[in-house]
Amino acid sequence: MLPTPSYRLTDQQKESVYDPAEDSFLLMDAIESELEVIKSSSPLIALEIGIGSGVISAFLAKSLPSVSLLSLGTDVNRDACEAATTTARKNGVRVEVVRCDLASAFLSRLAESIDILLFNPPYVPTDEMEVDASDLSRCWAGGARGISTLQRLLPQVTELLRIGGLFYVVALKENGIDQLLKHNERLRGSIVMERRAGIEYLYILKFERIL
Amino acid sequence: MKLLTHNFLSSRFLKNVTTGYPLKLTIEEKNVVEAEVDVNFLKNIMVKIDYAVLYDVAKSIGEDENLPSPDATIDLDSLNKEQLNKLHRVLVCVDVVVGALECPETGRVFPIRDGIPNLLVNEDEVS
Repeated sequence: MLPTPSYRLTDQQKESVYDPAEDSFLLMDAIESELEVIKSSSPLIALEIGIGSGVISAFLAKSLPSVSLLSLGTDVNRDACEAATTTARKNGVRVEVVRCDLASAFLSRLAESIDILLFNPPYVPTDEMEVDASDLSRCWAGGARGISTLQRLLPQVTELLRIGGLFYVVALKENGIDQLLKHNERLRGSIVMERRAGIEYLYILKFERIL
Repeated sequence: MKLLTHNFLSSRFLKNVTTGYPLKLTIEEKNVVEAEVDVNFLKNIMVKIDYAVLYDVAKSIGEDENLPSPDATIDLDSLNKEQLNKLHRVLVCVDVVVGALECPETGRVFPIRDGIPNLLVNEDEVS
């Protein structure tokens, strides 16, 4: 078992940055279980969308000490960008953080260049109004079916991933797992892990770009 | 923000922008973070780098001494140690702490503060 990267959110960051919870831990467990697969794909560039506290990216980078990886992260929230930068530094890894919407700033130059794409989206089904209601609700409010934000990213996944590239994403049962897995024939979807956490039934889905 | 990252950023997401690349970088404050040279990483990442852009941006901040010329194709195996070290320094050690990026087509300015470039824009600015 690899340890969770150390991190500490400041009081200000706590007001708007998602504090790692069961979903984050499940994603880290899934990454750990996939390490050999990830290593054998010889990754060069990893990108985490909505990097938040930065623990996931720090975990991935720390788990691959022998791999020379460029870790990139984005977040719309300035406090999250700062928290993720601090977390990376605290754990002795390099993560370059850019404040932007999804992958917008990288989309053109890193088209079909991403080896590992990570996303723990706001997945809780809510009223659409809540999706952008506040900084903190933006961390979890996913609109109808909980996939408003994920649905904005999905069309870009094949644009970002190289063929053979891997996309790991957190999902909730209510998000419609079967539909998600089959959403694009160029992506081979599978379930890496699933776990009940309180009232939530969580999944880590993996998509490999095959076409 | 490292110059490596600058090489991968564009403002093409803006309305009416066709390439949005390269973003014009101005630096108010920079830092040099020493790190071990990772030749393997350099080799792999150079394939993805637009070297002419990297060279120009390095030159604009006075970091072009010893950098391989952008005119010839770069073969990392043929570079001497000084050149490799320089390439490493320019890509991953020079860190822009305060500055700005500017869209080459619209002039839209994206500030860099505490090392984090802000390319978040209003909804009415995107295509």
